[in-house]
Amino acid sequence: MTDRPIIDIRNAAKSYGSLEVLKDISLQVKRGQIVAIIGPSGSGKSTLLRAINDLDPLTSGEVWLEDTQVNKKLPTRQYEAHINAVRQNIGMVFQHFNLFPHLNVRDNITLAPKMLKGLSKAEADQLAVEQLNKVGLLDRIDYYPSQLSGGQKQRVAIARALAMKPKVMLFDEATSALDPELVEEVNLVMKQLAEEHMTMIIVTHEMGFAQDVCDRVLFMDQGVVVEEGPPEVIFKAPANDRTKNFLRKHLKGQN
Amino acid sequence: MIRVFPFFLKAAWVTIQLSVLSCLLGLACGALGAAARLSRSSALRLAGATYVSVIRGTPALIQVFILYFGGPQVGIQLEAFEAGVLALGFNIGAYMTETMRGAIIAVDRGQTEAARTLGLSRFETFRSVTLPQALRLMVRPLGVNINALIKGTALVAAISVVELTYTAQRYIGSTYKPFEMFFLAGAIYMAIIYVTGLGVNWLDRRVALK
Repeated sequence: MTDRPIIDIRNAAKSYGSLEVLKDISLQVKRGQIVAIIGPSGSGKSTLLRAINDLDPLTSGEVWLEDTQVNKKLPTRQYEAHINAVRQNIGMVFQHFNLFPHLNVRDNITLAPKMLKGLSKAEADQLAVEQLNKVGLLDRIDYYPSQLSGGQKQRVAIARALAMKPKVMLFDEATSALDPELVEEVNLVMKQLAEEHMTMIIVTHEMGFAQDVCDRVLFMDQGVVVEEGPPEVIFKAPANDRTKNFLRKHLKGQN
Repeated sequence: MIRVFPFFLKAAWVTIQLSVLSCLLGLACGALGAAARLSRSSALRLAGATYVSVIRGTPALIQVFILYFGGPQVGIQLEAFEAGVLALGFNIGAYMTETMRGAIIAVDRGQTEAARTLGLSRFETFRSVTLPQALRLMVRPLGVNINALIKGTALVAAISVVELTYTAQRYIGSTYKPFEMFFLAGAIYMAIIYVTGLGVNWLDRRVALK
């Protein structure tokens, strides 16, 4: 039972016209696992991540969240209801935060829980306090996004995603848009989530972080998973030349 | 001059009524038009695009004439004032359609993505995330549309609605003072525009992001 994957991607393929961005990718992620997807830009890693909640629908292949097929083919209206329900279980954090600028931090966090889970205002406020405590920003509860630093915005965005109590969290280059000195505070929040055994799939350019935190690393290039394995293997003893090349460029100056 | 002033004030009231009513109609047409142009249904998109290109492709004066003089031929009998409000409202509605559509499109796509990944439906996303941000973006450009509309009400003088421009023309006959009459009408238009501009500024500040 516990061995059954929480996310199961089967033969995922996606193309834009003749351009194949994902070629027959299969990936299983178990509950509590933390998977990093690395690779050069244009390798398809973000597309794969965004296929998991059907934000970028696949051309063919299946995505399963536990017993539910995420990208089920349904008539428009039924699909809408289906995908909205599925997405409540899959939190996502974006490179550019995408906080709602017209809402303060509290309302950013409570908008979806109030609307979708029928939380009362008091319950929702309690939830916002809990989540902000987790990311260490309780004192910013009444601030607007424009009054926060990049790192704080991303921590609020994480709190917003967590407020829906998702089963899986997807991180799409969560620290790529941050000033270097702000990266660490976001990494710390993610590490803390990892310690709480949140299932996480992380697209990242930060090899150090992937090495420290993740159970598994996937190296993608040109729409395929070139190599995958535990971080010790991928980073210390990669088998594939493309992986070696990529890591040589990226690990320069690190470690 | 002083003798005609009360008549100008009465005419100004007609101009204001024309402006307000056709503005409300225009906002309604604009909202429907924008919804149609952004719809998932291709028939609605085509209907919206046709509305916009027909209205923007023909002179407003022709539209006023078609409705007022051409209407009776197809069984639509309208008072001059009613025809004026309808024609001006449909006309500005096409411009407002584009203003509203532009503002909605201008909201960052990441906003929709973030809302949809939380599980909000298309409609919930539009109502709670896209629309509040689009409204902020559309206040000023809608103000420009309204400015054009107020000045455009002068067109219905051509179908004898007793508004400011028509009144100015009428009193030239008895006063022989075209300069003064048109100057007075112009000054009143400007006063109306000025007050409207203050309203738009106030609204823009009110909806501004903190």
